[in-house]
Amino acid sequence: MIRNPRDLQRYNASERANHWIVGICFILLALSGLAFFHPALFPLVNLFGGGTWARILHPWIGVVMAVFFVIMFFRFASLNLMGGKDWDWLSKVGKMVDGNDHDMPEQGKYNGGQKLLFWLLTLCMVLITVSGVVMWRSQFDFPTELVRIAVVVHAAAAAFMIGLIFVHVYAAIWTRGTIRAMLYGTVTRAWAKQHHRGWYRQMTGKD
Amino acid sequence: MALQSLDIARRSATTTEAPKVRETTEVAKLIDVSACIGCKACQAACMEWNDIRPEVGNNVGIYDNPQDLDDKTWTLMRFTEVEENGRLEWLIRKDGCMHCADPGCLKACPSPGAIIQYSNGIVDFHQENCVGCGYCITGCPFNIPRLSKTDNKAYKCSLCSDRVAVGQAPACAKACPTGAIKFGAKEDMVHYAEARIDDLKDRGYQNAGLYDPQGVGGTHVMYVLHHADKPTLYADLPENPQISPTVALWKGVAKPLALLALGATAIGSLFHYVMKGPNEVSKELEAEMEKEDAK
Repeated sequence: MIRNPRDLQRYNASERANHWIVGICFILLALSGLAFFHPALFPLVNLFGGGTWARILHPWIGVVMAVFFVIMFFRFASLNLMGGKDWDWLSKVGKMVDGNDHDMPEQGKYNGGQKLLFWLLTLCMVLITVSGVVMWRSQFDFPTELVRIAVVVHAAAAAFMIGLIFVHVYAAIWTRGTIRAMLYGTVTRAWAKQHHRGWYRQMTGKD
Repeated sequence: MALQSLDIARRSATTTEAPKVRETTEVAKLIDVSACIGCKACQAACMEWNDIRPEVGNNVGIYDNPQDLDDKTWTLMRFTEVEENGRLEWLIRKDGCMHCADPGCLKACPSPGAIIQYSNGIVDFHQENCVGCGYCITGCPFNIPRLSKTDNKAYKCSLCSDRVAVGQAPACAKACPTGAIKFGAKEDMVHYAEARIDDLKDRGYQNAGLYDPQGVGGTHVMYVLHHADKPTLYADLPENPQISPTVALWKGVAKPLALLALGATAIGSLFHYVMKGPNEVSKELEAEMEKEDAK
Protein backbone atom coordinates (compact mmCIF):
# COMPACT_ATOMS: atom_id res chain seq x y z
CA MET A 1 0.00 0.00 0.00
CA ILE A 2 1.32 3.40 -0.94
CA ARG A 3 1.04 5.82 1.93
CA ASN A 4 -0.41 9.19 1.23
CA PRO A 5 1.98 11.92 2.43
CA ARG A 6 -1.05 13.96 3.45
CA ASP A 7 -2.16 11.29 5.96
CA LEU A 8 -2.37 12.61 9.50
CA GLN A 9 0.11 11.53 12.17
CA ARG A 10 -1.89 10.23 15.15
CA TYR A 11 0.86 8.52 17.17
CA ASN A 12 4.61 8.99 16.98
CA ALA A 13 7.01 6.05 17.12
CA SER A 14 7.70 6.29 20.82
CA GLU A 15 3.99 6.43 21.67
CA ARG A 16 3.41 3.35 19.53
CA ALA A 17 6.28 1.43 21.09
CA ASN A 18 5.01 2.37 24.56
CA HIS A 19 1.51 1.19 23.71
CA TRP A 20 2.72 -2.14 22.38
CA ILE A 21 4.98 -2.84 25.35
CA VAL A 22 1.93 -2.35 27.57
CA GLY A 23 -0.19 -4.39 25.15
CA ILE A 24 2.17 -7.35 25.04
CA CYS A 25 2.53 -7.32 28.82
CA PHE A 26 -1.26 -7.23 29.11
CA ILE A 27 -1.69 -10.29 26.88
CA LEU A 28 0.93 -12.27 28.80
CA LEU A 29 -0.55 -11.18 32.14
CA ALA A 30 -4.10 -11.99 31.09
CA LEU A 31 -3.12 -15.47 29.88
CA SER A 32 -1.07 -16.36 32.96
CA GLY A 33 -3.55 -14.66 35.28
CA LEU A 34 -6.56 -16.46 33.82
CA ALA A 35 -4.69 -19.74 34.33
CA PHE A 36 -4.82 -19.09 38.07
CA PHE A 37 -8.29 -17.57 37.86
CA HIS A 38 -10.20 -20.74 37.03
CA PRO A 39 -9.20 -24.43 36.88
CA ALA A 40 -10.65 -24.72 33.36
CA LEU A 41 -7.97 -22.28 32.16
CA PHE A 42 -5.06 -23.72 34.17
CA PRO A 43 -3.54 -25.39 31.04
CA LEU A 44 -2.62 -21.85 29.90
CA VAL A 45 0.37 -22.11 32.27
CA ASN A 46 1.96 -24.35 29.64
CA LEU A 47 2.47 -21.27 27.46
CA PHE A 48 4.85 -20.05 30.16
CA GLY A 49 6.74 -23.28 30.85
CA GLY A 50 4.45 -24.69 33.54
CA GLY A 51 2.61 -23.59 36.66
CA THR A 52 5.63 -22.57 38.67
CA TRP A 53 7.10 -20.54 35.81
CA ALA A 54 3.76 -18.82 35.26
CA ARG A 55 3.68 -17.94 38.97
CA ILE A 56 7.25 -16.60 38.85
CA LEU A 57 6.84 -14.61 35.62
CA HIS A 58 3.39 -13.11 36.15
CA PRO A 59 4.32 -10.51 38.79
CA TRP A 60 7.53 -9.45 37.05
CA ILE A 61 5.67 -8.89 33.79
CA GLY A 62 3.23 -6.92 35.93
CA VAL A 63 6.05 -4.67 37.13
CA VAL A 64 7.08 -3.97 33.51
CA MET A 65 3.49 -3.24 32.55
CA ALA A 66 2.95 -0.94 35.54
CA VAL A 67 6.07 1.09 34.71
CA PHE A 68 5.16 1.52 31.05
CA PHE A 69 1.52 2.18 31.89
CA VAL A 70 2.58 5.06 34.11
CA ILE A 71 4.63 6.52 31.24
CA MET A 72 1.70 6.07 28.88
CA PHE A 73 -0.62 7.65 31.43
CA PHE A 74 1.42 10.85 31.50
CA ARG A 75 1.59 10.91 27.69
CA PHE A 76 -2.17 10.76 27.24
CA ALA A 77 -3.83 11.94 30.46
CA SER A 78 -4.27 15.58 29.45
CA LEU A 79 -5.86 14.53 26.14
CA ASN A 80 -8.40 12.44 28.02
CA LEU A 81 -9.85 15.03 30.39
CA MET A 82 -13.61 14.69 30.14
CA GLY A 83 -16.03 17.51 29.44
CA GLY A 84 -19.71 18.04 28.66
CA LYS A 85 -19.45 16.96 25.03
CA ASP A 86 -17.91 13.66 26.12
CA TRP A 87 -20.83 12.83 28.39
CA ASP A 88 -23.15 13.94 25.60
CA TRP A 89 -21.35 11.50 23.25
CA LEU A 90 -21.61 8.71 25.83
CA SER A 91 -25.34 9.30 26.33
CA LYS A 92 -25.81 8.70 22.60
CA VAL A 93 -23.45 5.73 22.34
CA GLY A 94 -26.37 3.35 21.79
CA LYS A 95 -26.99 4.87 18.36
CA MET A 96 -23.31 4.61 17.53
CA VAL A 97 -23.28 0.92 18.43
CA ASP A 98 -26.39 0.48 16.35
CA GLY A 99 -24.36 1.61 13.34
CA ASN A 100 -25.57 5.20 12.97
CA ASP A 101 -22.90 7.83 13.73
CA HIS A 102 -24.67 10.78 12.03
CA ASP A 103 -26.05 12.34 15.17
CA MET A 104 -22.94 11.97 17.30
CA PRO A 105 -21.51 15.21 18.72
CA GLU A 106 -18.19 16.33 17.22
CA GLN A 107 -15.15 14.82 18.94
CA GLY A 108 -11.55 15.92 19.40
CA LYS A 109 -8.62 13.50 19.33
CA TYR A 110 -10.55 11.11 21.57
CA ASN A 111 -14.26 10.53 21.91
CA GLY A 112 -16.12 10.15 25.20
CA GLY A 113 -15.92 6.37 25.04
CA GLN A 114 -12.17 6.36 24.56
CA LYS A 115 -11.73 8.82 27.42
CA LEU A 116 -13.92 6.85 29.79
CA LEU A 117 -11.99 3.70 28.84
CA PHE A 118 -8.72 5.50 29.58
CA TRP A 119 -9.81 6.37 33.12
CA LEU A 120 -11.34 2.96 33.80
CA LEU A 121 -8.15 1.24 32.63
CA THR A 122 -6.12 3.56 34.86
CA LEU A 123 -8.33 2.72 37.85
CA CYS A 124 -7.98 -1.00 37.12
CA MET A 125 -4.21 -0.68 36.80
CA VAL A 126 -3.93 1.05 40.18
CA LEU A 127 -6.10 -1.59 41.89
CA ILE A 128 -4.36 -4.51 40.19
CA THR A 129 -0.85 -3.22 40.84
CA VAL A 130 -1.39 -2.44 44.51
CA SER A 131 -3.26 -5.68 45.21
CA GLY A 132 -0.71 -7.60 43.15
CA VAL A 133 2.14 -6.38 45.32
CA VAL A 134 0.21 -7.39 48.44
CA MET A 135 -0.31 -10.95 47.17
CA TRP A 136 3.28 -11.37 45.89
CA ARG A 137 4.28 -13.99 48.45
CA SER A 138 7.77 -14.71 47.19
CA GLN A 139 8.79 -11.05 47.65
CA PHE A 140 6.56 -9.66 50.39
CA ASP A 141 4.89 -10.82 53.56
CA PHE A 142 1.73 -8.82 54.18
CA PRO A 143 -0.81 -9.73 56.89
CA THR A 144 -3.15 -12.51 55.75
CA GLU A 145 -6.26 -10.36 56.39
CA LEU A 146 -4.92 -7.82 53.90
CA VAL A 147 -3.99 -10.52 51.37
CA ARG A 148 -7.55 -11.87 51.57
CA ILE A 149 -8.90 -8.51 50.43
CA ALA A 150 -6.15 -8.11 47.82
CA VAL A 151 -6.91 -11.42 46.10
CA VAL A 152 -10.56 -10.43 45.60
CA VAL A 153 -9.66 -6.94 44.37
CA HIS A 154 -6.99 -8.37 42.04
CA ALA A 155 -9.31 -10.97 40.50
CA ALA A 156 -12.30 -8.61 40.14
CA ALA A 157 -10.32 -5.67 38.72
CA ALA A 158 -8.40 -7.95 36.34
CA ALA A 159 -11.55 -9.63 35.02
CA PHE A 160 -13.11 -6.19 34.50
CA MET A 161 -9.97 -4.94 32.78
CA ILE A 162 -9.89 -7.91 30.41
CA GLY A 163 -13.47 -7.05 29.50
CA LEU A 164 -12.48 -3.42 28.88
CA ILE A 165 -9.63 -4.52 26.62
CA PHE A 166 -12.01 -6.71 24.64
CA VAL A 167 -14.09 -3.58 24.03
CA HIS A 168 -10.95 -1.53 23.22
CA VAL A 169 -9.67 -4.08 20.69
CA TYR A 170 -13.08 -4.65 19.13
CA ALA A 171 -13.70 -0.91 18.75
CA ALA A 172 -10.38 -0.64 16.89
CA ILE A 173 -11.28 -3.56 14.59
CA TRP A 174 -14.85 -2.37 14.05
CA THR A 175 -13.83 1.18 13.15
CA ARG A 176 -11.99 0.49 9.90
CA GLY A 177 -8.76 2.34 9.31
CA THR A 178 -7.99 2.64 13.02
CA ILE A 179 -5.45 -0.06 13.76
CA ARG A 180 -2.87 1.47 11.40
CA ALA A 181 -2.69 4.43 13.79
CA MET A 182 -1.11 2.14 16.36
CA LEU A 183 0.92 0.16 13.80
CA TYR A 184 2.60 2.86 11.76
CA GLY A 185 1.16 6.00 13.22
CA THR A 186 -1.03 7.60 10.56
CA VAL A 187 -4.70 7.76 9.65
CA THR A 188 -6.35 9.10 6.51
CA ARG A 189 -7.84 12.58 6.53
CA ALA A 190 -11.22 11.09 5.67
CA TRP A 191 -11.01 8.83 8.76
CA ALA A 192 -10.14 11.78 10.94
CA LYS A 193 -12.91 13.97 9.55
CA GLN A 194 -15.50 11.26 10.06
CA HIS A 195 -14.57 10.08 13.55
CA HIS A 196 -12.70 12.97 15.16
CA ARG A 197 -13.73 16.13 13.33
CA GLY A 198 -12.43 18.47 16.03
CA TRP A 199 -9.00 16.87 15.81
CA TYR A 200 -9.17 16.95 11.97
CA ARG A 201 -9.79 20.69 12.03
CA GLN A 202 -7.02 21.22 14.53
CA MET A 203 -4.56 19.19 12.43
CA THR A 204 -5.46 20.56 8.97
CA GLY A 205 -6.85 23.99 9.73
CA LYS A 206 -9.78 23.09 7.46
CA ASP A 207 -13.42 22.76 8.31
CA MET B 1 0.70 -45.07 45.51
CA ALA B 2 -1.85 -46.32 43.04
CA LEU B 3 -4.40 -47.62 45.52
CA GLN B 4 -4.17 -44.48 47.58
CA SER B 5 -5.27 -42.50 44.56
CA LEU B 6 -8.66 -44.22 44.64
CA ASP B 7 -9.82 -42.73 47.91
CA ILE B 8 -9.69 -39.04 47.18
CA ALA B 9 -12.57 -36.95 48.48
CA ARG B 10 -11.47 -33.64 47.00
CA ARG B 11 -8.71 -32.40 44.73
CA SER B 12 -7.64 -28.76 44.41
CA ALA B 13 -8.54 -26.77 41.26
CA THR B 14 -10.55 -29.67 39.88
CA THR B 15 -14.14 -29.17 38.80
CA THR B 16 -15.03 -32.80 38.18
CA GLU B 17 -15.43 -35.63 40.68
CA ALA B 18 -12.31 -37.09 42.26
CA PRO B 19 -11.69 -40.86 42.08
CA LYS B 20 -13.44 -41.99 45.21
CA VAL B 21 -14.54 -45.61 44.86
CA ARG B 22 -12.64 -46.63 47.98
CA GLU B 23 -14.26 -45.42 51.14
CA THR B 24 -11.94 -45.44 54.09
CA THR B 25 -12.71 -44.84 57.74
CA GLU B 26 -12.64 -41.22 58.80
CA VAL B 27 -9.67 -40.82 61.10
CA ALA B 28 -8.76 -38.20 63.68
CA LYS B 29 -5.94 -37.21 65.96
CA LEU B 30 -7.09 -36.22 69.42
CA ILE B 31 -4.80 -33.91 71.38
CA ASP B 32 -5.64 -33.84 75.05
CA VAL B 33 -4.16 -30.51 76.07
CA SER B 34 -4.80 -31.29 79.75
CA ALA B 35 -2.48 -34.29 79.57
CA CYS B 36 0.36 -32.57 77.71
CA ILE B 37 3.58 -31.94 79.62
CA GLY B 38 5.27 -29.94 76.86
CA CYS B 39 8.17 -32.36 76.32
CA LYS B 40 8.24 -31.79 72.54
CA ALA B 41 8.68 -35.49 71.81
CA CYS B 42 6.00 -34.98 69.13
CA GLN B 43 8.10 -32.29 67.45
CA ALA B 44 11.18 -34.50 67.51
CA ALA B 45 9.24 -37.50 66.18
CA CYS B 46 7.75 -35.37 63.40
CA MET B 47 11.20 -34.21 62.31
CA GLU B 48 12.58 -37.70 62.49
CA TRP B 49 9.85 -39.51 60.58
CA ASN B 50 9.50 -36.84 57.92
CA ASP B 51 13.25 -36.25 57.57
CA ILE B 52 13.02 -32.51 58.12
CA ARG B 53 15.55 -30.59 60.20
CA PRO B 54 14.75 -26.94 60.84
CA GLU B 55 17.80 -24.77 61.42
CA VAL B 56 18.79 -24.36 65.05
CA GLY B 57 17.50 -20.97 66.16
CA ASN B 58 18.03 -18.70 69.16
CA ASN B 59 16.52 -18.73 72.60
CA VAL B 60 14.42 -15.60 72.96
CA GLY B 61 13.27 -16.32 76.49
CA ILE B 62 10.19 -18.41 75.77
CA TYR B 63 9.65 -22.14 75.61
CA ASP B 64 8.33 -22.14 72.05
CA ASN B 65 11.13 -23.62 69.99
CA PRO B 66 11.33 -22.89 67.10
CA GLN B 67 9.30 -19.73 67.53
CA ASP B 68 6.92 -20.45 64.68
CA LEU B 69 5.90 -23.12 62.22
CA ASP B 70 7.98 -23.16 59.05
CA ASP B 71 8.57 -25.33 56.00
CA LYS B 72 10.51 -27.80 58.17
CA THR B 73 8.49 -27.41 61.37
CA TRP B 74 5.11 -29.00 60.77
CA THR B 75 4.09 -29.16 64.40
CA LEU B 76 4.97 -26.85 67.27
CA MET B 77 4.19 -26.70 70.97
CA ARG B 78 2.89 -23.26 71.86
CA PHE B 79 3.16 -22.31 75.53
CA THR B 80 0.84 -19.79 77.15
CA GLU B 81 0.69 -18.64 80.77
CA VAL B 82 -2.76 -17.52 81.88
CA GLU B 83 -4.54 -16.86 85.14
CA GLU B 84 -7.82 -18.72 85.35
CA ASN B 85 -9.94 -19.00 88.50
CA GLY B 86 -7.22 -17.24 90.49
CA ARG B 87 -4.58 -19.78 89.58
CA LEU B 88 -1.69 -19.67 87.18
CA GLU B 89 -2.15 -22.14 84.36
CA TRP B 90 0.45 -23.18 81.87
CA LEU B 91 -1.40 -24.08 78.69
CA ILE B 92 0.51 -26.04 76.10
CA ARG B 93 -1.04 -26.57 72.70
CA LYS B 94 0.49 -28.65 69.95
CA ASP B 95 -0.13 -26.50 66.89
CA GLY B 96 -0.24 -27.79 63.31
CA CYS B 97 -2.64 -28.57 60.49
CA MET B 98 -6.19 -29.27 61.72
CA HIS B 99 -7.13 -31.27 58.59
CA CYS B 100 -10.47 -29.47 58.15
CA ALA B 101 -13.41 -31.25 56.58
CA ASP B 102 -13.88 -28.05 54.56
CA PRO B 103 -10.25 -27.03 53.94
CA GLY B 104 -9.67 -23.35 53.10
CA CYS B 105 -6.25 -24.18 51.62
CA LEU B 106 -7.74 -26.63 49.12
CA LYS B 107 -10.49 -24.19 48.19
CA ALA B 108 -7.95 -21.43 47.52
CA CYS B 109 -5.35 -23.53 45.65
CA PRO B 110 -5.25 -22.79 41.88
CA SER B 111 -3.08 -25.78 40.93
CA PRO B 112 -4.84 -29.04 40.06
CA GLY B 113 -3.87 -31.83 42.44
CA ALA B 114 -1.51 -29.80 44.62
CA ILE B 115 -3.83 -30.30 47.60
CA ILE B 116 -5.67 -33.56 48.12
CA GLN B 117 -8.26 -34.47 50.71
CA TYR B 118 -8.46 -38.22 51.24
CA SER B 119 -11.70 -39.90 52.18
CA ASN B 120 -10.19 -40.62 55.60
CA GLY B 121 -10.14 -36.86 56.16
CA ILE B 122 -6.42 -36.17 55.76
CA VAL B 123 -5.61 -33.01 53.81
CA ASP B 124 -2.29 -33.53 52.08
CA PHE B 125 -0.08 -31.21 50.04
CA HIS B 126 1.45 -32.75 46.92
CA GLN B 127 4.42 -30.45 46.49
CA GLU B 128 5.27 -31.73 43.01
CA ASN B 129 2.09 -29.99 41.80
CA CYS B 130 2.57 -26.89 43.96
CA VAL B 131 3.34 -23.70 42.01
CA GLY B 132 4.32 -21.71 45.11
CA CYS B 133 1.68 -18.95 44.96
CA GLY B 134 0.85 -19.17 48.67
CA TYR B 135 -2.93 -19.03 48.11
CA CYS B 136 -3.23 -21.88 50.64
CA ILE B 137 -1.91 -19.51 53.33
CA THR B 138 -4.58 -17.01 52.31
CA GLY B 139 -7.27 -19.68 52.51
CA CYS B 140 -6.27 -21.30 55.81
CA PRO B 141 -8.27 -20.13 58.86
CA PHE B 142 -5.59 -21.52 61.24
CA ASN B 143 -2.47 -19.88 59.71
CA ILE B 144 -0.70 -23.20 59.11
CA PRO B 145 0.91 -23.60 55.64
CA ARG B 146 4.37 -22.12 55.15
CA LEU B 147 6.24 -21.39 51.91
CA SER B 148 9.80 -22.66 51.83
CA LYS B 149 12.36 -19.93 51.22
CA THR B 150 14.53 -22.39 49.31
CA ASP B 151 12.13 -24.19 46.94
CA ASN B 152 9.06 -21.92 47.21
CA LYS B 153 6.70 -24.84 47.80
CA ALA B 154 4.12 -24.86 50.59
CA TYR B 155 4.52 -27.32 53.45
CA LYS B 156 2.51 -28.43 56.46
CA CYS B 157 1.63 -31.47 58.58
CA SER B 158 0.54 -34.43 56.44
CA LEU B 159 -0.96 -36.24 59.46
CA CYS B 160 1.67 -38.80 58.41
CA SER B 161 -0.53 -39.85 55.50
CA ASP B 162 2.19 -42.32 54.51
CA ARG B 163 2.01 -44.03 57.91
CA VAL B 164 -1.78 -43.90 58.11
CA ALA B 165 -2.03 -45.47 54.64
CA VAL B 166 -0.33 -48.59 56.01
CA GLY B 167 -2.26 -48.71 59.26
CA GLN B 168 0.20 -46.84 61.50
CA ALA B 169 -0.52 -43.92 63.79
CA PRO B 170 1.17 -40.56 63.03
CA ALA B 171 4.72 -40.26 64.38
CA CYS B 172 3.73 -37.64 66.98
CA ALA B 173 1.00 -39.86 68.41
CA LYS B 174 3.39 -42.79 68.54
CA ALA B 175 6.02 -40.79 70.42
CA CYS B 176 3.83 -39.02 72.99
CA PRO B 177 4.87 -40.33 76.43
CA THR B 178 1.72 -39.29 78.31
CA GLY B 179 -0.89 -40.45 75.83
CA ALA B 180 -1.96 -36.85 75.23
CA ILE B 181 -2.00 -37.60 71.49
CA LYS B 182 -4.38 -40.33 70.45
CA PHE B 183 -5.11 -41.49 66.93
CA GLY B 184 -7.91 -43.62 65.51
CA ALA B 185 -11.32 -43.53 63.88
CA LYS B 186 -12.85 -40.08 64.38
CA GLU B 187 -15.92 -41.65 65.95
CA ASP B 188 -13.77 -43.46 68.51
CA MET B 189 -11.77 -40.31 69.23
CA VAL B 190 -14.94 -38.34 69.93
CA HIS B 191 -16.07 -41.11 72.25
CA TYR B 192 -12.70 -41.20 74.03
CA ALA B 193 -12.76 -37.41 74.37
CA GLU B 194 -16.11 -37.56 76.13
CA ALA B 195 -14.63 -39.66 78.91
CA ARG B 196 -11.70 -37.27 79.25
CA ILE B 197 -14.05 -34.28 79.39
CA ASP B 198 -16.18 -35.93 82.10
CA ASP B 199 -13.02 -36.51 84.11
CA LEU B 200 -11.93 -32.87 83.70
CA LYS B 201 -15.36 -31.66 84.77
CA ASP B 202 -15.12 -33.83 87.87
CA ARG B 203 -11.83 -32.15 88.62
CA GLY B 204 -13.38 -28.69 88.51
CA TYR B 205 -12.97 -27.67 84.87
CA GLN B 206 -16.65 -26.93 84.30
CA ASN B 207 -16.08 -25.67 80.77
CA ALA B 208 -13.97 -28.56 79.56
CA GLY B 209 -14.92 -29.65 76.08
CA LEU B 210 -13.97 -30.92 72.65
CA TYR B 211 -12.63 -28.57 69.99
CA ASP B 212 -14.01 -29.83 66.66
CA PRO B 213 -15.04 -26.53 65.03
CA GLN B 214 -18.13 -26.86 62.87
CA GLY B 215 -17.38 -23.64 60.94
CA VAL B 216 -14.93 -25.68 58.85
CA GLY B 217 -17.14 -28.78 58.88
CA GLY B 218 -15.28 -30.27 61.83
CA THR B 219 -11.58 -31.15 61.88
CA HIS B 220 -9.51 -34.32 61.82
CA VAL B 221 -7.24 -32.99 64.51
CA MET B 222 -9.26 -32.25 67.63
CA TYR B 223 -8.37 -30.86 71.04
CA VAL B 224 -9.66 -31.65 74.49
CA LEU B 225 -9.54 -28.24 76.18
CA HIS B 226 -10.02 -27.49 79.88
CA HIS B 227 -11.46 -24.11 78.84
CA ALA B 228 -13.38 -25.01 75.71
CA ASP B 229 -15.41 -21.82 76.16
CA LYS B 230 -12.25 -19.77 75.61
CA PRO B 231 -10.14 -21.45 72.92
CA THR B 232 -8.28 -18.18 72.27
CA LEU B 233 -6.47 -18.70 75.60
CA TYR B 234 -4.50 -21.45 73.88
CA ALA B 235 -2.10 -19.32 71.82
CA ASP B 236 -4.99 -17.75 69.87
CA LEU B 237 -6.76 -20.90 68.78
CA PRO B 238 -9.66 -19.38 66.80
CA GLU B 239 -13.03 -19.46 68.53
CA ASN B 240 -15.11 -20.04 65.44
CA PRO B 241 -12.79 -20.68 62.51
CA GLN B 242 -14.28 -20.62 59.05
CA ILE B 243 -13.16 -19.94 55.52
CA SER B 244 -12.99 -16.15 55.27
CA PRO B 245 -15.97 -14.63 53.40
CA THR B 246 -13.58 -12.84 51.03
CA VAL B 247 -11.90 -16.16 50.18
CA ALA B 248 -15.33 -17.72 49.64
CA LEU B 249 -16.25 -14.82 47.35
CA TRP B 250 -12.91 -15.04 45.52
CA LYS B 251 -13.26 -18.78 44.91
CA GLY B 252 -17.04 -18.96 44.68
CA VAL B 253 -19.62 -18.41 41.94
CA ALA B 254 -18.13 -15.04 40.99
CA LYS B 255 -15.44 -16.72 38.89
CA PRO B 256 -17.52 -18.81 36.50
CA LEU B 257 -19.87 -15.82 36.16
CA ALA B 258 -16.94 -13.54 35.30
CA LEU B 259 -15.70 -16.04 32.70
CA LEU B 260 -19.20 -16.22 31.25
CA ALA B 261 -19.36 -12.42 31.05
CA LEU B 262 -15.97 -12.26 29.29
CA GLY B 263 -17.00 -14.98 26.86
CA ALA B 264 -20.24 -13.14 26.16
CA THR B 265 -18.32 -9.91 25.48
CA ALA B 266 -16.06 -11.68 22.97
CA ILE B 267 -18.87 -13.53 21.22
CA GLY B 268 -21.07 -10.44 21.38
CA SER B 269 -18.38 -8.41 19.60
CA LEU B 270 -18.12 -10.97 16.81
CA PHE B 271 -21.89 -11.00 16.36
CA HIS B 272 -22.03 -7.23 16.42
CA TYR B 273 -19.57 -7.11 13.53
CA VAL B 274 -21.43 -9.81 11.64
CA MET B 275 -24.85 -8.22 12.12
CA LYS B 276 -24.07 -4.49 11.96
CA GLY B 277 -21.02 -4.52 9.73
CA PRO B 278 -17.89 -2.41 10.18
CA ASN B 279 -17.86 1.28 10.92
CA GLU B 280 -16.34 2.52 7.67
CA VAL B 281 -15.38 5.95 6.45
CA SER B 282 -18.12 7.28 4.21
CA LYS B 283 -17.56 7.23 0.44
CA GLU B 284 -18.36 10.94 0.22
CA LEU B 285 -15.54 11.85 2.58
CA GLU B 286 -13.11 9.60 0.74
CA ALA B 287 -14.11 11.19 -2.58
CA GLU B 288 -13.71 14.66 -1.07
CA MET B 289 -10.16 13.87 0.03
CA GLU B 290 -9.30 12.30 -3.34
CA LYS B 291 -10.43 15.48 -5.03
CA GLU B 292 -8.21 17.47 -2.68
CA ASP B 293 -5.26 15.19 -3.47
CA ALA B 294 -5.79 15.57 -7.20
CA LYS B 295 -5.36 19.34 -6.95
